[in-house]
Amino acid sequence: MAETSCELFDCGHRACGGCGAALASRLILKATGKNTIIAAATGCMEVFSTPYPETAWKVPWIHSLFENNSAVASGICASLKKQGRTEKVVAIGGDGSTFDIGMLCLSGAFERGHDFTYICYDNEAYMNTGIQRSGATPFDASTTTSPAGKCSKGNARPKKDLPQILAAHGAPYVATASIAYPSDVVKKIEKAINTPGPCYVQIHAPCCTGWGFEGEKTLAIGKLAIETGLWVNFEMENGVVTRVKKVVRKPVETYLKEQKRFRHLFKPKVNAEEIAKIQAIADKNAEKYGTDLKLKSKPGPVVP
Amino acid sequence: MIEITEGSHAVAKAVKMSRPQVIAAYPITPQTHIVETLADMVADCELDAEYITVESEFSALSACLGASAAGSRTYSATTSQGLALMFEVCFNVSGMRLPVVMTIANRALGAPLSIWNDQQDSIALRDCGWLQFYAEDNQEATDLHYIAYKVAENPEVLLPAFVCFDGFILSHTYEPVDMLSQEDVDLYLPPYKPAQRLDAADPISFGMYATPEYYMEFRYEHDLAMKRAKNAISKAGKEFGEMFGRDYSALVEGYRLEDADTAIITMGSLCGTVKDAIDEMRTAGKKVGLLKIRCFRPFPSEEIRKALSHVENVAVLDKNVSIGAKGAVAIEVRDALYGKTIPVLGYVLGLGGRDVRISDIKNIVSLAESGKGDQFYGIRPEVL
Repeated sequence: MAETSCELFDCGHRACGGCGAALASRLILKATGKNTIIAAATGCMEVFSTPYPETAWKVPWIHSLFENNSAVASGICASLKKQGRTEKVVAIGGDGSTFDIGMLCLSGAFERGHDFTYICYDNEAYMNTGIQRSGATPFDASTTTSPAGKCSKGNARPKKDLPQILAAHGAPYVATASIAYPSDVVKKIEKAINTPGPCYVQIHAPCCTGWGFEGEKTLAIGKLAIETGLWVNFEMENGVVTRVKKVVRKPVETYLKEQKRFRHLFKPKVNAEEIAKIQAIADKNAEKYGTDLKLKSKPGPVVP
Repeated sequence: MIEITEGSHAVAKAVKMSRPQVIAAYPITPQTHIVETLADMVADCELDAEYITVESEFSALSACLGASAAGSRTYSATTSQGLALMFEVCFNVSGMRLPVVMTIANRALGAPLSIWNDQQDSIALRDCGWLQFYAEDNQEATDLHYIAYKVAENPEVLLPAFVCFDGFILSHTYEPVDMLSQEDVDLYLPPYKPAQRLDAADPISFGMYATPEYYMEFRYEHDLAMKRAKNAISKAGKEFGEMFGRDYSALVEGYRLEDADTAIITMGSLCGTVKDAIDEMRTAGKKVGLLKIRCFRPFPSEEIRKALSHVENVAVLDKNVSIGAKGAVAIEVRDALYGKTIPVLGYVLGLGGRDVRISDIKNIVSLAESGKGDQFYGIRPEVL
């Protein structure tokens, strides 16, 4: 079976049908090619791809712990440099690993300026342990540790702005991407691994299981996140935003109502007050990054 | 060449001559002089290594893990809280069978905070699957680094190693040390050839997850490797002796033990004090000897059993305590003597840098001979 696959991220892994992170894995290796060493963090992607004695990774791959992939990658970079080797080093972690428990190692590795790329597949909660909130969980999302209830509207805090934090470390290239736009993911990872120094790519990877939608809708959900302004695809070079995906924005409800994690905002009745708060987050994103596609005076068909 | 040098500097020189390719380290008292000295060596181009100034001990060992997996000879040093912070990574390095060598300048663990010596730190990690060597003096601390690399990288072993030496008592003490030349070290310790490494030309996966169907076999094979390490240590220690005149083939070493009635067992710098006490007791007609444990992992049970077959009393001095039980060495020595009727009594002493004097050793021998033990020794009377 493995021999019939032409992908470096091989078939036979155990991800859920419609898993955004599995698609991210494929795209990552499509972009990096063979001459790459992966340092993985504990999480869904690690678990569904490497149940001993099988592995889906046809490039050298190492998993150590939940929170140390950036430090492991630092060591790999130093080791390769000393040996005069040319492999690209890519650390991969989910949002729990990247935003929360691995933040110390991540900050250290970026401050030291190792020549590696860190890729976060962001599915906005701890999915491997059963959908607990992380620092990347969006405002009002219901998770198993931020459940909506009689006196809770879900996750009480907005998403941590990690790309800006890493840009503030002096990272030469920071980008966000979405599995809904596969060729954009590949382009950004190619750019990251070919930019000297520590680079960061954060890939929005919708999780059908954790967010509560049917597996065939993964790409559509990813697109809606961008079209509503709740996710912004951008590139930052040396701390300056250089490219932004522009959209004709839709109201946030179009994204929220598709997912069980936001169901409490619509049932038993529509919670207009909370939805307005989420709309304000989208508006702020649009303003900050200038994502709104300005229509010309004569409205016509728009190609985003 | 004999040099009068600080223990930490002697260790740094031995590390340098072992030609590590990657060093990742973080400052912590009383280890810091080692990594400072190595940083100087790198800054002056005397040591051609990648030196990573990490943001924590946790990252220090994580970086060593990555560097070692990518095929480089790797070094770090730490102590106490730093080692405790590495706990999770220690199991990972050994589980992936990466031959990292790390110096431990033994120090107490908080709370209460103490920067002074005992051996609680490395003993607390006795189950993490690393080789553990304990040095009596700075000569031994220095030599054990070459041996540690040789054994760790032996394809029959492939296990990481702690080289433990007592913080301040050894690390900050100037002693004469016979330093090998670089040529000597190169003859003894050839460049590292990894059995497996992260390599795009031959991709493998490291650190996968194992279901209950597979997990136990990893631990079983790890344990077998640790058992094979005994032979590898003897061989490496013997070869060292043949080349440089200091034989480290024995995992335990007796001092005036052949005809002793009472045997003292301990590890590290305390052995020196015990030897002086034994000399005085011998002069006074008391037949006391020492069994020094140089290698705590793998634990030399058979060697201890053999060395103690003739004694009447055993007093084990532990600079650590497994709270609610005893000192770790006492527990394991008693286990080694299972089925024998020799009384083994444990004494927890010297914690947090409490001084241990010759008179204390004599008192403990008297206690052991009167059957009193399994206790803390040297506690302030107002808390008794």
